[in-house]
Amino acid sequence: MTKKQKKMLIRILTAFVLFAVLMVCEHAELIYGTESGWFWLAAYLIPYLVVGYDIIGKAARNIRNGQIFDENFLMMIATFGAFGVREYSEAVAVMLFYQVGELFQGYAVGKSRQSISAMMDICPEYANLEEDGVLTQTDPDDVAVGSTIVIRPGERIPLDGVVTEGESFIDTAALTGESVPRKAGVGDAVISGCVNGSGTLKVRTTKEFEDSTVAKILELVENASSRKAKVENFITRFAKYYTPVVTICAAVLAVVPPLLLKESFIPWIETACTFLVISCPCALVISVPLGFFGGIGAASKLGVLVKGSNFLEAVAGTTTIVFDKTGTLTKGEFKVTKILPEGCGEEELLALAALGESYSNHPIASSIREAYENRTASGRGQAAGVHSRVADVKELAGHGISARIDGRSVLLGNEKLMQENGIAYRPCTAAGTVVYAACEGAYAGCIVISDTVKEGAKEAIAQMKRVGVKKCVMLTGDRREAAAQVADELGIDEVCAELLPGDKVAQVEKLLDAQGAKERLAFVGDGINDAPVLTRADIGIAMGSMGSDAAIEAADVVLMDDDVRKIASVVKISRKTLAIVRQNIVFALGVKALILVLAALHLTNMWGGVFADVGVSVIAILNSMRALRTKQ
Amino acid sequence: MGQVGMKKKFKLEDLDCANCAAKMEEAIKKIEGVNDASVSFMTQKMTVDADDDRFDAIMKEVAAVCAKVEPDCRILM
Repeated sequence: MTKKQKKMLIRILTAFVLFAVLMVCEHAELIYGTESGWFWLAAYLIPYLVVGYDIIGKAARNIRNGQIFDENFLMMIATFGAFGVREYSEAVAVMLFYQVGELFQGYAVGKSRQSISAMMDICPEYANLEEDGVLTQTDPDDVAVGSTIVIRPGERIPLDGVVTEGESFIDTAALTGESVPRKAGVGDAVISGCVNGSGTLKVRTTKEFEDSTVAKILELVENASSRKAKVENFITRFAKYYTPVVTICAAVLAVVPPLLLKESFIPWIETACTFLVISCPCALVISVPLGFFGGIGAASKLGVLVKGSNFLEAVAGTTTIVFDKTGTLTKGEFKVTKILPEGCGEEELLALAALGESYSNHPIASSIREAYENRTASGRGQAAGVHSRVADVKELAGHGISARIDGRSVLLGNEKLMQENGIAYRPCTAAGTVVYAACEGAYAGCIVISDTVKEGAKEAIAQMKRVGVKKCVMLTGDRREAAAQVADELGIDEVCAELLPGDKVAQVEKLLDAQGAKERLAFVGDGINDAPVLTRADIGIAMGSMGSDAAIEAADVVLMDDDVRKIASVVKISRKTLAIVRQNIVFALGVKALILVLAALHLTNMWGGVFADVGVSVIAILNSMRALRTKQ
Repeated sequence: MGQVGMKKKFKLEDLDCANCAAKMEEAIKKIEGVNDASVSFMTQKMTVDADDDRFDAIMKEVAAVCAKVEPDCRILM
């Protein structure tokens, strides 16, 4: 509890004791000669002011500032009204319980805020900067790129960097939800926010704090609550009208029925006061964002960053999930598995391909180069001579590469490239990616490169189906055969293969058009070349550790440890969150409407109003806090 | 147009009511020179995106507006 809350608690307890004593006195008629109402008014005003003086003060200030539909003001009018109709004890009780509710509300919100921020407690406080052999504790903000920092066992890594000395196990749980520590030795990159295990590490920093992983994540999480879900916006709009409408109803009820029915004003003023007590939309205004906040917190506990409540809301409606194949469903580790030369030696074909691909950073290119360097004698130490042998390299998007190698024109790429150039190639049906090669217009053979399916990818698809995803689609630039094989293995419903980078957006748009108004499409990719698709889909899900910064920027949801299995968990979390939010809305509005009707019929008094206001708030807040809890 | 916006984040203290946070946000957005603003009740933080060259003057207005809506709440600058 904060100091302010403790003070409030003391005030409430004092007022409660005074109030109880007065109630006993009044009912037991212990004080004689007090038939005059003035005595009791004065007596009840004491606990009333003890517990509610700040409300009156705030209300007065707000009237001066032109904020009339403010809860303090409404409470003041409601309780003054009760005093006016000589319901002294009721007036005090309403104020007392209102304050109890407010206190509890503040406490509960503070608690859940704390538990969420504890989960986000990844911010390093200091860095041990080493300069000329001397260690100084420095603010991570002040450490320049390229500095050497020392991370002792148990300390949090303050900045992204590369290990230069030492070996240790690193606990990445705070970032990825992964509980098995990762080994880090000399030359390994370490990310900020993780906790160092048992060894001391010396790290050369590669990024400033502002650009480091931890700073980026904190920023994402903090901004998450400012991207509001539709439900939240609805509540805000609703709240704007609700209070004035109920207040006007109260005013009308206080005056019109007694005049029409020629009744006493007193019961109708009481009804009006009850209306005023119910007129605050607090239960909704607090519990709805709190629910989303909890859901986002729960997701980040699993190592999944959701960038806003709106995205969490959208995830719940996911019926179609589109995957990029490479790097998402497969490891993206390509290995040359077959070399099928035609009219030349194996080594010659591999050399041709490796040289042709020497400028490309596509994973396929690097695996060909790797194979060339590892398998052949001429490949070793070849890197230096490449530039003099290769010229006119052109990347033909979605097709391959054309280049001049040792003066000969060479084509490297897929079947389309061969067809378009009229080369008599022999189609290869081996599973994997096939790179066909042609030299001076003649077919020279092909190289098969295969990728391996990621662990858990199959399970991930099955889980998504179980949580209600209707269709899983895989997009790839790969050949149909290779794609179909992976799709079969994983249980994917639909495959779009041999796509050019631009086709992916078109494919996703087609799928978007085909779906119903309430259905949502998520795209999962590692971000290499698919940032536009991530943006175009209803929900873009990116791989956090493998993906590029651009992808993380473009995505709405980031999987910190690249584990596609987490998608199903996030869908579950978002459904639960939305269910909680809906329960709160229905419950709060239902109870309020019910009490409003009962009050208008004189079937309840201000106590009902107090319950409909603070009681409902407290219940809704407790319900919202459930969103924070997750089952793995 | 053509004005360079600057985005800054401020911590808020004693922001006790969610409804007030929404009201504050709306009031800040109406200040001239403010491109965007958000007040988060959950994180107790306020983000103001406003014209760079008048930022300090705008922040004064922001503080005044906030004090009007919720006098208890303080902006830590």
